Amino acid sequence: MNIIVCVKQVPNTNEVRINQETGTLIRDGVPSIINPDDRNALEEALALKDEHGGKVSVISMGPPQAKEALKEALAMGADEAVLVTDRAFGGSDTWATATILAAAVEKVGGYDLVFCGRQAIDGDTAQVGPEMAEFLDLPQVTYCKEIKVDGEKIIVNRFTETGDYILEVKPPVVFTAIKELNKPRYPSARGIFEVYDGPDQIKVYTLEDLDVDVTQIGLKGSPTNVYKSFVPVRSKNSEIIEGFNNKEKAATLVDKLCDLKLI
Amino acid sequence: MDFKFTDAQIMLQKVAKEFAETEIAPIAAEVDKLGYFPKESFEKMAKIGFTGIGTPVEFGGSGGNDIDKAIVVTEIAKKCAATAAILSIHTIFAAVVEKFGNEEQKQKYLPKVTSGGCLGAFALTEPNAGSDAASAKTTAILDEDSGEYVLNGTKCFISGGGQAQYLAIFALTDPSKGLKGMSCILVEKGTPGFSIGKIEEKMGIHGSETAELIFDNCRVPKENLIGVEGKGFKIAMSALDGARVGVAAQALGIAEGALEETIKYVHERVQFGKPIGQLQGIQWYIADMATKTECAKWMMYRAAYLKKEGLPYTKEAAMAKLNASENARFVTNLALQIHGGYGYMKDYPLERMYRDAKITEIYEGTSEIHKVVISRAVIG
Amino acid sequence: MKRAKVNQNVNLAEYHDVWIIGEQREGKIHPVTVELIGEGRKLADKIGKKVIAVVAGYDIEEEVKKLLHYGVDKIIYIQHPLLKEFSTDGYAIATSQLILERKPEIVLVGATSIGRDVGPRIAAQIGTGLVADCTSLDIDPEDGKILQTRPAFGGNLMATIICPKNRPQMSTVRPGVMQKASYIENPKGEIEIFEPNLEEKDIRVKLIDKIVADKKAVNLIDAKIIVSGGRGLKGAVGFETVRKLADKLGAEVGASRAAVDSGWIDHVHQVGQTGTTVRPEVYIACGISGAIQHLAGMSESKYIIAINKDPNAPIFKICNYGIVGDLYEVIPAMIEAIDKKIEFDF
Repeated sequence: MNIIVCVKQVPNTNEVRINQETGTLIRDGVPSIINPDDRNALEEALALKDEHGGKVSVISMGPPQAKEALKEALAMGADEAVLVTDRAFGGSDTWATATILAAAVEKVGGYDLVFCGRQAIDGDTAQVGPEMAEFLDLPQVTYCKEIKVDGEKIIVNRFTETGDYILEVKPPVVFTAIKELNKPRYPSARGIFEVYDGPDQIKVYTLEDLDVDVTQIGLKGSPTNVYKSFVPVRSKNSEIIEGFNNKEKAATLVDKLCDLKLI
Repeated sequence: MDFKFTDAQIMLQKVAKEFAETEIAPIAAEVDKLGYFPKESFEKMAKIGFTGIGTPVEFGGSGGNDIDKAIVVTEIAKKCAATAAILSIHTIFAAVVEKFGNEEQKQKYLPKVTSGGCLGAFALTEPNAGSDAASAKTTAILDEDSGEYVLNGTKCFISGGGQAQYLAIFALTDPSKGLKGMSCILVEKGTPGFSIGKIEEKMGIHGSETAELIFDNCRVPKENLIGVEGKGFKIAMSALDGARVGVAAQALGIAEGALEETIKYVHERVQFGKPIGQLQGIQWYIADMATKTECAKWMMYRAAYLKKEGLPYTKEAAMAKLNASENARFVTNLALQIHGGYGYMKDYPLERMYRDAKITEIYEGTSEIHKVVISRAVIG
Repeated sequence: MKRAKVNQNVNLAEYHDVWIIGEQREGKIHPVTVELIGEGRKLADKIGKKVIAVVAGYDIEEEVKKLLHYGVDKIIYIQHPLLKEFSTDGYAIATSQLILERKPEIVLVGATSIGRDVGPRIAAQIGTGLVADCTSLDIDPEDGKILQTRPAFGGNLMATIICPKNRPQMSTVRPGVMQKASYIENPKGEIEIFEPNLEEKDIRVKLIDKIVADKKAVNLIDAKIIVSGGRGLKGAVGFETVRKLADKLGAEVGASRAAVDSGWIDHVHQVGQTGTTVRPEVYIACGISGAIQHLAGMSESKYIIAINKDPNAPIFKICNYGIVGDLYEVIPAMIEAIDKKIEFDF
């Protein structure tokens, strides 16, 4: 079973801080990580390979630094890694990104399954997987919580707010993974030494290598544009309840809530 | 001169840190309280290949070297000194087999202890032979007829002794020659005549089980001899040099862990209307803790570097271990002090770190023995 | 299938009306639909256009008609036996056909697990942009285009997105954020039935079973009071303490991402950027520092109460009342104080 996994390198949003004076994001020193849901996608692909054999290829679109994410994926056990990078790809929205990734998936070729994470923690759109599936003319199952291969068929448990849907689909298909799907493995020590000390194994695809229509990619080709961005302002009059001890503070709080008829 | 980690080492440290925080830290207090060997943690370390660091890939190891091993032991010790001890001591067994074993022994045992999830142990100490290893009494007499060594005697304070599948036992094959008659014999768990005696109750590192091993006419095939007869003491001393770097890494981790806890605490803890980190008395404590820990770090990595390069490192390993262990006690003591009453309570990890730190001044050679080793090297 | 393209010099003047793609599950209209109608009406009034609700399904006409009571100008009910159960393929193909035929100017979809699945699929089929998970929508008074605002970077940043050259302008809208449309007794709108071209083979993913969540449904969205726990609980047992207070107040239990990621409580309790967005009367945050992604999901609460040991926790900056103290002392003391109040009332 040959599997292609699309991963994104993202800043760890848990560590993103705001410069209150300029109202901008402080990205310096914020570590880059493999997007968490993408890590679940990769784990599922590796687990399926462990069980059924085959090959796992990882694709990441991004600047040259995104190689770091690919190295980590290789250290986790992926067989090959492709960096999709070109200045022409910069500023792509989900449409353009899905267009480029679909072309990269086609170029890698020979796949049974394509995995993505549900959504990236920087953009939180959850759109690239389904849009890419549409461009590849493949069926999709998003929010995958459990995946079982049953002969020719694949049985998928799709998570929703109101319950799980058990679905049946035949490859090739695009899956998007959620956190509940699995617990991602750590990169192995051996993998780390081989990948980080060894020769560079990462393939690079640029615009020239891909069959994409340039009117559909990059900042110019993206149907949506950022009009403005701003840091949300939150202010409230906070009252810190004082008291001799926690018991007294708690009693004061309960009094206040009762007075406001809140409880 | 180059003080940089390689890309692989940066990644290894990141992974080890995440592993320690995610898998080890949540159970560290429980392991300490209940005093059980964290078998699952060991299996997880085997799965990632931490147990195979320093052993070549061809024998099922992970590759890597002594610096890599030290990085992992340090990160784990930051969260649980006992788990770090288990890992560090375990790798000594693999190092002995890899360095002194024959091809057959390497093929047979190394894959099991590197990636196979089997624990290895190293048994030298006896009730009357601690620092004075020459007083060891355990014998392994070759029975020419059956082609077996017959072991008799008792080993004590053996880390992982009760859990280990494979044990490197140091015993006299020729008692008349004293230390020159000592050999290294491999014994497997469950061999008739080999039993586990007392499991010690200790002050700290409760997760690292410490056992007494009893040999009563325990027979093992003569193929289990590692290296040649009479070279046991040399093997033991060589292994201990490596083990000392491991203890230094463990002690460094304990100190770094305690320092991290303290830095977090001095930001959070408010007394006299401000976080205590703004008080100069506390600031100076932390400056001392950080400086001495930095010193412990680089002495340890230098010893590991010399070992990796195949250069003499006995003196440097002894210095690194002596310094790092004394620093671990110093730092955990101040860290606990800064935490005040909270530090003394089991809700915070400081009192555990304080207890765990103490062993690093004692095992794999006491501080005093290290001073003997160092002074011998310095004075001549 | 011919792949759709964007930037094809569409004639923007051909596109009219605000469409909201209604959602139904098991034949029942999902509440987000009414929120979309409320928001759609606001937008439509600004540009002088109609609000049309589109609902796909089979044999649910009576249920669909109820939406007329929320003041839509028209309902288009996409009816087909193959739409009885939700499928990405079926719903995307049917809805895309209708959009391509009728050319709406704006299309709003609920950002639920269904909307976020089928929304991008529709956008990709019809060749337009899609803005995910919007929390605020407006019309640019200059040119009448829709301004779609959404959080990014875990709520650290808000971005306003436009879709200038393609139509329809399409967004998924976060549930629980927009004002619901109000109910009117005597509606005026009409209902039209649209029959899409759909074949069995179009639907490539087959539904074989449904498992309704068996645990007592956690309903954070409709809760009047929420008591939430975070990293400061220090362990799963902390939620027992939180739950005691919640039970006392008839409240739901919420959680921060840190607590959920630590495995102390199920994801369904998660409040925040990657969890549920809530706006209860009272939100009591226990041991929650107030990371921006948590604030993104609860800062609209009417009253925010914070209990935290760390006086510098950001949560204290946005709370109405705060107590600096150990939650394991404060919460039991609150329960005790509430018990006393109840005695008093007798």
